[in-house]
Amino acid sequence: MTFLSYLISGISLGSIYAIIALGYTMVYGIAKMLNFAHGDVIMVGGYMSFIAMINFGWPPLLAVLFAIVVCTVLGILIEQLAYKPLRSAPPLAVLITAIGVSYFLQNAALLIFSANPKSYSSVIPFDALRLFNGQLVISGTTIVTIIVCIVIIIALNTIVNKTKIGKAMRAVSEDKDAAQLMGISVNKTISVTFAIGSALAAVAGVLLCSAYPILMPTTGAMPGIKAFTAAVFGGIGSIPGAFLGGILLGIIEILGKAYISTQLSDAIVFAVLIIILLVKPTGLLGKKVLVKV
Amino acid sequence: MRSLRLRSNIDNLLTYGLVIIAYIVMRILITSGNISSSLQGQLVPITAYIVMAVSLNLTVGVLGELSLGHAGFMSVGAFSGVITATLLTDTIPMTWLRLALALLIGGLIAGIFGFLIGIPVLRLQGDYLAIVTLAFGEIIKNVMNTIYLGYDANGIRISMESANALQLAEDGKVILNGPMGAIGITKLSTFNAGFVLILITLFIVLNLINSRSGRAIKAVRDDKIAAESVGISSWRYRMMAFVTSATLAGAAGALYALNYTTVVARKFDFNTSILVLVFVVLGGMGNIRGSIIAATVLTVLPEVLRAFNEVRMLVYAVILILVMLVRNNLTLRQLFQKIGIKRRNSLANNKEGDDS
Repeated sequence: MTFLSYLISGISLGSIYAIIALGYTMVYGIAKMLNFAHGDVIMVGGYMSFIAMINFGWPPLLAVLFAIVVCTVLGILIEQLAYKPLRSAPPLAVLITAIGVSYFLQNAALLIFSANPKSYSSVIPFDALRLFNGQLVISGTTIVTIIVCIVIIIALNTIVNKTKIGKAMRAVSEDKDAAQLMGISVNKTISVTFAIGSALAAVAGVLLCSAYPILMPTTGAMPGIKAFTAAVFGGIGSIPGAFLGGILLGIIEILGKAYISTQLSDAIVFAVLIIILLVKPTGLLGKKVLVKV
Repeated sequence: MRSLRLRSNIDNLLTYGLVIIAYIVMRILITSGNISSSLQGQLVPITAYIVMAVSLNLTVGVLGELSLGHAGFMSVGAFSGVITATLLTDTIPMTWLRLALALLIGGLIAGIFGFLIGIPVLRLQGDYLAIVTLAFGEIIKNVMNTIYLGYDANGIRISMESANALQLAEDGKVILNGPMGAIGITKLSTFNAGFVLILITLFIVLNLINSRSGRAIKAVRDDKIAAESVGISSWRYRMMAFVTSATLAGAAGALYALNYTTVVARKFDFNTSILVLVFVVLGGMGNIRGSIIAATVLTVLPEVLRAFNEVRMLVYAVILILVMLVRNNLTLRQLFQKIGIKRRNSLANNKEGDDS
């Protein structure tokens, strides 16, 4: 029974990683850039919902919406100001700019909200679920996190595969120039991708803070790195891959913490990643790219 | 070919000259007392970061692979250097010799780690290689955080549990104390030692780049398949660059750690790797002199920005973004070219521009 409860909390943590990883993977798939500021957008989402609930006294649902709107606008703003001028620059220049944006967001948060950790009250009002005569307790946050993750995956899959903008996204990720020639606005498509990614980051921020209720300017950094790992794990650029990678990473982390060593849990996660990449160098569901000579 | 060699020789002399002049200027400032104490405290870290930046440039600029875990090698070098220096306290009374040995051992052990990590890492390429170096960096940080090491008359003891589990005798001394890091370090590093380490690093890296092996490394970077088809072993030369880079990072780590009384493993985390990467990219990929300047300027910058007080890191971030935007702005680039400011080392810059 304890194993089952560990497994469920692993899936719940994995769901959060998966939602963040989706943002990474979509941006990577379309703009071919590693957006290292993504983790800090999560933190902004956490703070925005916190302010809305505590300072404005808004109901949780409205607070979540507020966080989503702010992060979406922020995502588009970052893209327009920092990444768009670098569209033709070498990838490393974009990477460093993303790191600059990450520093900026962290330090802005440090100035506005101070370094003192804020204790976040969960936005999820449901009671914990008790099964098998109370032997297995699943908190409301856990259930909602998993459900939200599944809904997001289904919605994203529909958007990417069934809608016109999704088609544009796939086209841009396949070949930017050819897409442009077909009349697709590449800039608009990239902006939409950033908007979706940032909205997802806001949701992830709220869920993360609900599950681990400590909010600091550096809250997003480690989950950001781990979600990035999850995206690579599943094959970067692939949406189902990000989902699978996130869930697996969450399960490995929680089980590693429970059965092997609390201090070494991160090391275990990364060791598994290395092994996977050695066996499948493009991740679990990644496309194999053939190099023509 | 001859003119190319001549130009690279002049270029190298310029790099050495820059370092030596900077050193002399700093020495004069120190003797005449015209230097703030905060900047003086930064001198050894600056030299360590310069070595880090030059060594990472070997991986990122010359070998052309993105490494996000360079601080991991710094960490290995730092802790093995500290252990060496502490163990040799009684055997070798000369501090300079102890420091030299600590840097040497720190570098060697980091080099061995570089080789072991290189075996899996160099099988991959591009972003996947980057993420695996990140993973190794995090693993090293995590493991270093759990090691307890001490010594007494009976020898060295290691534990993964706690300092008490070492069961040291009365006269024993704990060197590594798990999450508390290395404690009770005797400060050995000096600005002079840092200067010498920079010169050694430059000697190794510049000679490697301009040697037959260096050209092979660059050939593998530019086109692996073409290089292999003319008989260049890509594995061998990639490994050569990676291990050299790791070794120098280890020596830099030992220099850095021996400048403080305590050093924690968390210091050498992902952020430090990124910081060094920023030095390399801002200085110009493959441009060694650029790395030296960028490392110095960006380490001193937060100190200079103290006038801005609380917003200084914010200003730092804005400067970083603006520099990247300006450097990669096409109109501005063309403008610079028109008025004749051509940057030297065109080889490295061309490579950077072609990447996209």
